[in-house]
Amino acid sequence: MTTELPPGLALQKVDERIMTLNVGPQHPGSGHMRIVVQIDGDYIVACDPDPGYVHRGEEKMAEYRNYITNIPHLERPVIHDSCNVLYPYVLGAEELLGIEVPERAKYVRVIASELNRCIYIMYWLAIYGIFLGHSTMFMWPAGDRELLIDLMEKMTGARVTHAHFVPGGVRNDLPPNFEDVCLRQVNYFEKRIKEYAAVFYDNPILISRTRDTGVLSREDAIRYGTTGSVLRASGVDYDLRIKEPYDVYDELDVHTNVMKEGDSYARSRIPWLDMLESCNIIRQALQKMPKSGSVRVKLKPNPKTKGLESVYKRVESGRGSLGCYIVSDAKTEPYRVKLSVPSFRNLIALPNLLKGEKLGNMPSVYWSLNYWPVEADR
Amino acid sequence: MSTETENPSASANPETKSPPPKAAPKKPEPAPVELPAFEKGISDKIVEKFGDKVEVAFVKEDRVRINVGRENVHEVAEFIRDGLNYDHVESVSGVDYPQDNEIEVVYHIGSYSDSSLARQILVLATRAQRETNPIPGNDATKLPTLRDVFYSVEFHEREVFEMFGVFFEGHPDNRRLLLPEDWADLPPLRKDFAIKGR
Repeated sequence: MTTELPPGLALQKVDERIMTLNVGPQHPGSGHMRIVVQIDGDYIVACDPDPGYVHRGEEKMAEYRNYITNIPHLERPVIHDSCNVLYPYVLGAEELLGIEVPERAKYVRVIASELNRCIYIMYWLAIYGIFLGHSTMFMWPAGDRELLIDLMEKMTGARVTHAHFVPGGVRNDLPPNFEDVCLRQVNYFEKRIKEYAAVFYDNPILISRTRDTGVLSREDAIRYGTTGSVLRASGVDYDLRIKEPYDVYDELDVHTNVMKEGDSYARSRIPWLDMLESCNIIRQALQKMPKSGSVRVKLKPNPKTKGLESVYKRVESGRGSLGCYIVSDAKTEPYRVKLSVPSFRNLIALPNLLKGEKLGNMPSVYWSLNYWPVEADR
Repeated sequence: MSTETENPSASANPETKSPPPKAAPKKPEPAPVELPAFEKGISDKIVEKFGDKVEVAFVKEDRVRINVGRENVHEVAEFIRDGLNYDHVESVSGVDYPQDNEIEVVYHIGSYSDSSLARQILVLATRAQRETNPIPGNDATKLPTLRDVFYSVEFHEREVFEMFGVFFEGHPDNRRLLLPEDWADLPPLRKDFAIKGR
């Protein structure tokens, strides 16, 4: 005859085993973002990202400043990629104000944008390395990106936040002898990052931690509306530099890096391949650039737009497609500025990627999204 | 202290060809507006299907904008996905128009799977009624969600709900995303929410 067990001895229900864990903010696994994960033993059963930690209201502040004074502050969401995060806003403001940009300025912009892409990716790569316990991969990129930061300092005068792109061109012309220095540095940089393949991407420990973790299929990558390296690692060939070329990208020979696996390894390898491609683009741009000419169209002090109209411009940043929607109402300030940022768009995929993974794989999956916390938060 | 002349290059080279005499300033003729054919085709398909329910706001190169009433937005979005092959939403923006007593929600819809649409962005705009004293979620500022049509609007619609107080009916996950948990002020991106010191 069976007797009912007392409550304390009865078998637990499955959902009572599930524990809620707050990872972050300010945790080595999550950066500035808090991820609320529910774990069953070692496995993640649910995940709820909470990006709202450093919200600074960029979009609201943009409604209070005119088209020029918005520039040094709209680049703040991603300071390491500040040229690219500003790019769509500048293109949009040019269309609203009806400005034609000089040819040389377009090339200078492309060079600055590609250098910035490399600077961003090197920073991301350093963090990715250290969170996987690979401290060489923290120190090498952190040192090598100084080369490019020096170049940007020569070009713009600032090391991190450049505020170099303005409606009508770029702020300053290139310094004398910049082309030679740039070519030499970029050639050395390319040689240097090729060495990363042996120490990082062919490392068996890295491969065992990233292969087949957080797999995102092609259909899901499209359905979630992901962008950039996340999308291209899942086999979708989509790069705005080719699909919707802006400035002079249609005159340059640009290739897209696509991988089919869709796992963390592919997502982390695509940015590295992008850096090699950026070096190619910079070399081509230096060669094709007009050797002299104006780099900026002077604007009136407080330029006004025509009427109630809107524009949506997008560029390919270090993390993916970055869009800017500007509504203007014939005033000196924009009526509304909205940034559609890749980190925020890729975040939609995160809960679905982490479901069923081991907790120990969380850093490798999360950082492979090429995520910049402040950008998602704006 | 010397000031540069207005045009130093012209005075330095007197041999250079003088520019042809300026023609009398002609007013630019109002050329007949030529709509890009491909984009026109997209907007025509929507107008053909829905007729008076939609309004084509503009057809520019690579951009088509459609204004829809809130009662038809779900139906139109389904047609955009199934009939026109657009597959993801890039951005959802709210724009506050206090003078019209309305809040506009703008969807920028793109396509990855159809290569002919790679450059295109379809702009779908709809408007919700605006309350002067909003109680987010419990007032008339409501719109049907597009989450069941485009999965990619999931976080974007949550953001618009927080920043403008537009409640999306039928969204499976209507929770806070960015603001503090105890936020009790106006939704911050509305025009009547003023920045301190301004």
